[in-house]
Amino acid sequence: MRFLMLVIPKGYDTAAPDRMPDAEAVRKMMKYNEDLANAGILLSLEGLKPPSAGVRISYDGPAPKVTDGPFAEAKECIGGFWMIQVKSKEEAIEWARRAPMTRGEIIELRGIHEMEDFPADVQAAAGFGEKFGKK
Amino acid sequence: MDSPDISRTIDAVWKIESPKLIAALARMTRGDVGLAEDLAQDALVSALEQWPKEGIPRNPGAWLMAIAKRRGIDHFRRNKLTDEKYQQVGYEMEARQEDATPDFDAALDDELGDDLLRLIFTSCHPVLSTEARVALTLKLLAGLTTEEIARAFLSTETTIQQRIVRAKRTLAEKKVPYEVPGGAELNVRLASVLEVIYLIFNEGYSATAGDDWMRPALCEDAQRLGRVLAGLAPNARSARPARVDGDSGIAIGGARRTQG
Repeated sequence: MRFLMLVIPKGYDTAAPDRMPDAEAVRKMMKYNEDLANAGILLSLEGLKPPSAGVRISYDGPAPKVTDGPFAEAKECIGGFWMIQVKSKEEAIEWARRAPMTRGEIIELRGIHEMEDFPADVQAAAGFGEKFGKK
Repeated sequence: MDSPDISRTIDAVWKIESPKLIAALARMTRGDVGLAEDLAQDALVSALEQWPKEGIPRNPGAWLMAIAKRRGIDHFRRNKLTDEKYQQVGYEMEARQEDATPDFDAALDDELGDDLLRLIFTSCHPVLSTEARVALTLKLLAGLTTEEIARAFLSTETTIQQRIVRAKRTLAEKKVPYEVPGGAELNVRLASVLEVIYLIFNEGYSATAGDDWMRPALCEDAQRLGRVLAGLAPNARSARPARVDGDSGIAIGGARRTQG
């Protein structure tokens, strides 16, 4: 099963658009990334620029509305993610525990919907049977 | 403990730590994979006894390694008079135990890639039958229990158990060296590893609806092993003049496709 490990850094909601991580933090993170890779569970990872460098497109009215960041209403902003493939939720939690986070930061684990999780009609709508030839 | 079911957490820790433990212990015991696994299992037993009471240590991997090494030293002390080779290994383990400084973790990490690669090549050695390679690899490198392997392969626990015991005995009898093969041998041996990964994947892929979930989960085990190999094989290439061809990459790319 796959999990997205979302990193919510402290104060990322108000971080300047050009904020960069410091070298030491990156060094620790690289070590951790290597551990994930050595374990064969790492599918992908990325670091995100701060929300102040982002854009929101909201669909409240008749036409989508475009707003530049930062976004006052957003408090917990994602700073990056790892996509991992593990055997259980407990294993994902154990990996999250090993992450070199600093005080005040949060990792949120979100399970990925696999096609097998969906009811038959959803699988059919997604063309799962034809595409993969699975029963 | 914040987890409602600590045994599931211990199981998760085991899946993460056991390949690393066994890979490093096998090097310390000069390639005695069977003994390495026994020592790691001993450490697991201790964890199952102690962690529910005391909580999971901050660094579970180091904790398990410390216990396994202590057991290893005990083992070699007992066998001191009977086997000179073991005696020497015992001294070496003891020496390493003594300089268990914080650097030890780092040193272990530095060698980890090589150790894992050695373990993969050993458990997939062509001296073993295909089914023995498959069972041993799942046990040593994917952290599956014999019961889980039996369920995944629609077999009995006794059969798998015997298969693994025999495989370990064969490795010892044939004196299979604990190493990453080089030169012309590498391609042959790599093919043997890829075959194992392919067979594990295929077994999982042929699972049908209603099968035990361990069966389709084999696809994930295979993908994981494939990624470990793909990640480590370039090291083998840089360390030796022999060429590792792109086969592993192709196998991994192919395996990915089940993730819909």
